[in-house]
Amino acid sequence: MILTTVRLTVNGAPYEGRCEPRKLLVDFLREDLALTGTHVGCEHGICGACTVLVNGEAARSCLMLAVQADGAEIETVEGLMRDGKLHPLQQAFHEHHGLQCGFCTPGMLMTALDFLRTNPRPTEAQIREGLSAVLCRCTGYHGIVKAVEAAARELARDAR
Amino acid sequence: MTGRGRYVADVVLPGMLHAAFLRSPHAHARIARVDVAAARQMSGVVAAVVAAELEAHVRPIIAASRMKGYKATPIPVLAGSKARYQGEALVAVVAESRYVAEDAVDAITIDYEPLPVVSDPRAAARDDSPFVHDEAGTNVIVSRAFAQGDVDAAIRDAAIVESDTFRFHRHAAVAIENRACTAEWDAGAERLTLWSSTQVPGMVRDGLAELLDIPVHAIRVVAPDVGGGFGMKSLLYPEEVAVCALARLLGRPVKWIGDRREDLLTSSQAWDEEIECELAIDADGAIRGLRARVLTDVGAYSMFPWTASIEAIQVISFLPGPYRVPHYRGEARGVTTNKAPMGPYRGVGRPVSTFVTEVLMDRVARRLGLDPADVRRKNFIGAADFPYRSPSGVVWDSGSFAESLDSACEAVGYDALRREQASGRSGGRRLGIGIASYVELTGVGSAIPASPGADISTGTEGATIRVDSGGSVTASFGVACHGQGHETTLAQVVAEELGARLEDVRVVHGDTAAGPIGSGTYASRSAVIGGGAAILASRALREKALAIAAHQLEADVHDLDFRAGVVAVRGAPDRRVTLREIARAAYAGAKRLPKGMEPGLEATRYYDPYFGTASNATHIAVVELDPALCDVKLVRYVVVEDCGRIINPLIVDGQAIGGVAQGIGAALLEEIVYGDDGQLLTGSLMDYLIPTAAEMPAIDVRHLEHPSPSTLGGFKGVGEGGTIGAPAAIANAVADALAPLGIGIRELPITPERLFRLLGAVPRHRAGA
Repeated sequence: MILTTVRLTVNGAPYEGRCEPRKLLVDFLREDLALTGTHVGCEHGICGACTVLVNGEAARSCLMLAVQADGAEIETVEGLMRDGKLHPLQQAFHEHHGLQCGFCTPGMLMTALDFLRTNPRPTEAQIREGLSAVLCRCTGYHGIVKAVEAAARELARDAR
Repeated sequence: MTGRGRYVADVVLPGMLHAAFLRSPHAHARIARVDVAAARQMSGVVAAVVAAELEAHVRPIIAASRMKGYKATPIPVLAGSKARYQGEALVAVVAESRYVAEDAVDAITIDYEPLPVVSDPRAAARDDSPFVHDEAGTNVIVSRAFAQGDVDAAIRDAAIVESDTFRFHRHAAVAIENRACTAEWDAGAERLTLWSSTQVPGMVRDGLAELLDIPVHAIRVVAPDVGGGFGMKSLLYPEEVAVCALARLLGRPVKWIGDRREDLLTSSQAWDEEIECELAIDADGAIRGLRARVLTDVGAYSMFPWTASIEAIQVISFLPGPYRVPHYRGEARGVTTNKAPMGPYRGVGRPVSTFVTEVLMDRVARRLGLDPADVRRKNFIGAADFPYRSPSGVVWDSGSFAESLDSACEAVGYDALRREQASGRSGGRRLGIGIASYVELTGVGSAIPASPGADISTGTEGATIRVDSGGSVTASFGVACHGQGHETTLAQVVAEELGARLEDVRVVHGDTAAGPIGSGTYASRSAVIGGGAAILASRALREKALAIAAHQLEADVHDLDFRAGVVAVRGAPDRRVTLREIARAAYAGAKRLPKGMEPGLEATRYYDPYFGTASNATHIAVVELDPALCDVKLVRYVVVEDCGRIINPLIVDGQAIGGVAQGIGAALLEEIVYGDDGQLLTGSLMDYLIPTAAEMPAIDVRHLEHPSPSTLGGFKGVGEGGTIGAPAAIANAVADALAPLGIGIRELPITPERLFRLLGAVPRHRAGA
């Protein structure tokens, strides 16, 4: 078994690990770095539960090898909280019942984060389109859409 | 939400191994030879276990039932002699990592002798069909009928009879977390712990005890955070049994995390029914009788604990809906085929029965020139009729059927919509309005078992509530939340009934070692039965706490107020003790307690609502069809539901809307498709489409809050209703839009392809394309 060294930054902290070249990024995050907040839902790039940000852009960590992320900056759900405070997106998900079982939530939050960075003042239709990259089976998306609307307002206020 | 949840995949144990299963590529094949030698020699592989080796350690899973006309089908944990569906597990490989285990699976060779595949349920029911289970001597393993009155005469004498053969295709639950389990055998204590993504830790524990021949008290089943279930995770699966047997055999923890392909191949599937139905109507629109024959494709096995009867029996139990049906006969048959086993999925039977009955009600209206809402109003069971015994023997304790319909019509602006529809039709606009009214039995007690004849207890639940020496409250339950928010709702019930502060109540569930004996969460039961048990235990504690407080305050119990964790003398609010002070006295013993009182502040109570209680709702869907694209766009969606007393409105809305989303998927998008050779053609989420945010309309949910007359707390279940109403409402809306073309809907889902074929049967200029 050939092991390759992978160096990357996750949520601002540098990590180094050795893994097989075939190891998926999501398995590397979960098993080698013990960051189990990122979930595996389908392993074929449809459900979006495993979405993380790679160099600032949303990516399916089940469709990427860890070695491909060598040198990259990764953001995961574990990095959203700052100083013990929920990120405005997390706070909005909490207040608007944006999650039930919570399994899609990490992917939903990271997708929404990327979406709001590129589209800070979205319409409801744009939010629905933007979030269609992640499947939720519990909520019917109602609370999620409301939460992203609320977070957009909150983040716009913070930016001012 | 913060990445700190703990699902089964997140459980890591010292020395843990990883299992992968070799699964049959054939739907029906004899297994001639299995060669695992190469796999066993691979680096990192600990074991490759075949059926014959496992059989010595574990019994096959048998879903027994006393139901007449039922035949059990033993499920081998690993299949040894023949495979009965594509994906059935044949060999278990255990290795140091999942990657290595999967490599080893690829190194196993098996010689198969393909057998004729039983695929079409109608053909399967015939005597000349090959059998899925030779021992059964038939594929018809469920056969049951309910009858009242003389339905044949009713149909013969009726002014009109609306009849059709309906088809509700096969569906999958698609919880976003796949099935997963991890077992650990403690050889010193002779104790087994299974972490499983399950809704029913209590039933899994009881099942494992039988199959592994271990006492119940030596088994702990933990359902940690569970990423959705929807009924699919309310069964005992072979993989759960296998990891337990393997962990015991190998002396190391064994983890299996299913992937999506395994989920779509092997998790229980749902519905898949053909229903021949005749509705007899008098000239004035009153229902005279209903006759139905239901054929359910139950797949390869009858699963534990519900048995293969659950779906078909629910269909014939609930076909009469919220209507007075004087004469009725419903016959159900369940036939085995070489497909994944069928199990309960959100709504169980009632999405199908509601679809059939409600489509027929609309056709009656059209035939008589009446408004569909008026035909329903004419036939609803009225307020004076409760308790109402339905023709299938179900007792409806209450209902607000007409009120929910009237409110839904008002909410959606029904009359204005009808005018808009009429004016749009001349311009070729295809707007459709569809109504579905239904009633469902929730919080089912012991009188009507959730699975009649099965030897399981589904009518009771317990609550153990303990106020500790610090005054904080732990409430433990046998119900097992998988996204329903029991941590919130049950804590609210306990806080209110006991008099504690909400923030002081911690709800524990999903751990058979922690709580009272219970089965789990399914069938819209947790708020009703778990909540009822919570009320009983809280009341017992409240009474005791008040007695202690009266002793401490030297006051009469009747002069005390108890709320938010404080007991105070009415009119003298500075004479008060906190729940913490009461609890300290309770554990301090005799010197600080009323004479003769037993120390401690803990209570366990069980609750059985006996019949259960009726929830009801009306859904109205408004669709606009684009005949050129064969696209159905949901324009509006209104739900007016009555789930009795509401514990938490946000959570009720979440259940209703989430249920509707699954119903929308069932009506328009989702379908499990098998080829005639039994090969699954929808083995990925690119083929099996569930709704995304983009397909979901805004859902307007309104509540009628009529407390249940027959349950403690007045609660009614709300977990499944959304999925029951939506397929029927959408089918009726699409049929309404197509009515000018003379096209009816008899098959779900209405995929673009089906719509294309329906429209193709109509001359092009009339379709407006």
